[in-house]
Amino acid sequence: MAQEYRVLLEHADKINPESVAEYVKVGGYKGLEKARSMNPKDLAEEVKKSGLRGRGGAGFNAGMKWSFVPQYPETKYVVCNFDEGEPGTYKDRIIAQKNAQALLEGMAICGHAIGSNNGYIYCRGEYPFVVEMLKNAIGNAKESGALGEFNIEVRMGAGAYVCGEETALIESIEGHRGEPRFKPPFPGVEGLWRMPTVVNNVETFACLPYILTNGAEWFAGIGAKGYPGTKVLTLTGDIENPTYFEVPTDYLLRDVIYELGGGVKGGKKLKAVQVGGTSGAFIPPQNLDTPIDFDSMGAIGAALGSGAVFVMDESRDIVDIINRIAKFFEHESCGQCTPCREGTHRCKEIMEKINTGRGSLKDIENLKVLARVMQKASLCGLGQAAPIPITSTLEHFEYEYLRKLV
Amino acid sequence: MSNYMDIIASCQDKAGGIIEAYHAIQKEYNYIPEEALREAAKAFKLSEAQAFGVATFYSYLSVKKRGKYIIRMCESAPCHVAGADEVLKAMEAYLGIKVGETTPDNKFTLELTECVGQCQATPVVTINSEPVFNVKPDMVPGILAGYK
Repeated sequence: MAQEYRVLLEHADKINPESVAEYVKVGGYKGLEKARSMNPKDLAEEVKKSGLRGRGGAGFNAGMKWSFVPQYPETKYVVCNFDEGEPGTYKDRIIAQKNAQALLEGMAICGHAIGSNNGYIYCRGEYPFVVEMLKNAIGNAKESGALGEFNIEVRMGAGAYVCGEETALIESIEGHRGEPRFKPPFPGVEGLWRMPTVVNNVETFACLPYILTNGAEWFAGIGAKGYPGTKVLTLTGDIENPTYFEVPTDYLLRDVIYELGGGVKGGKKLKAVQVGGTSGAFIPPQNLDTPIDFDSMGAIGAALGSGAVFVMDESRDIVDIINRIAKFFEHESCGQCTPCREGTHRCKEIMEKINTGRGSLKDIENLKVLARVMQKASLCGLGQAAPIPITSTLEHFEYEYLRKLV
Repeated sequence: MSNYMDIIASCQDKAGGIIEAYHAIQKEYNYIPEEALREAAKAFKLSEAQAFGVATFYSYLSVKKRGKYIIRMCESAPCHVAGADEVLKAMEAYLGIKVGETTPDNKFTLELTECVGQCQATPVVTINSEPVFNVKPDMVPGILAGYK
């Protein structure tokens, strides 16, 4: 089995993503029609039954997330998280650029389930050209009547990785600094402008039209049982085919690299692969025969995350790459909570020391303690995940550290 | 060039629209001038400190005057292993400035950025948000000569 399985990207480059007419020709907006013929409770139940789990990284059951939204408030919001900032990730951009109408349709389906006509897409500031395209796509969808009463506004992020965290994203839409809120209350109860809000990833929304059109059983039958459906992956680093693929979720990591990816660049040997973006664990070659789904990745101490697959060949200096990653987190920490603000700073400081040949065993011990504190005490996922590249490489590639010590 | 007063006024009715206003101002001026920041604070009923706090939180926004073309070199891990450091050195050498500086003729500002989401063709540089792909150090003069 080394085939792509395209659902979201089946018609990529064959239809104009801005055009409603072309999308309808390939079966578009049938899912929304079906959704609107159902009562909202049954709709959320159907999505829950499909097993669709969040594609942004947290892997929470989408229908379950919706079911937390209370019925009574008049104003509720559907927010699309299009802030993809995990280095090595561009799958949301691809999904939007190839199949924008499916994203809009998915948001409207969610709107029907929770009783909301207010949608926001929070798109990262690095994609101004995608923002323009989305605005045209929304204009066309409104004009054609495809979205009905459901409205969507696009807001642009401004270069802050932390805004991928849903409450930071909400703060940013409200025009504030993107600092995460304390949870609970979760956005489902108290989100945008303190009203109930569902925040889902681009890919999660884009799955919905296909789930409604083909049925929950169909979706639940694709890929891994616990995390069904397809996943769009982006391959980067030392790989022959640095591009994107859509695969069923039981696809093996080995096949991602050696079949679709064409193998390590220049026929070199693989040293490590980091899945899920810069906050993901480094996976050693002996763990390659693992399916990419959320739970299988978790079982080997890694994470599917955003679906970025960063390949490193035998010549790569792991400590140098971790040093670079530590600098990333120091830069992107929002500074609100102490474990993350100070922790990312000290991680960077120690990594630089080791990388320049001035580190000792004591520094490695300190890194381990620091990682534990950050994972337990940071307010949001940024600080909690920031030490993962360090701890996973200390576990699998300790010799790379040891050879750089004084 | 639109006046920043008009830009702010056009975003004023949007809830939380100050970031949208900043984007629009920056599109015209390449940065957010101090007077514009003060006006935005008034329009969105924030203190100047709060308005400044928002503007400086986001790395895509700048309160410092910048050149006509803003070059941002991605230094995230995929670009790092593809040779971003060498490209950056070539940029600094060609422009005669360091990261964070603007050329004396106000033409180019050189900045570092984290991932810009174009990792299919690393290393990546963006020039006024337009990505340039697979940049090698020896391509730098040719690329920058295209910006008049």
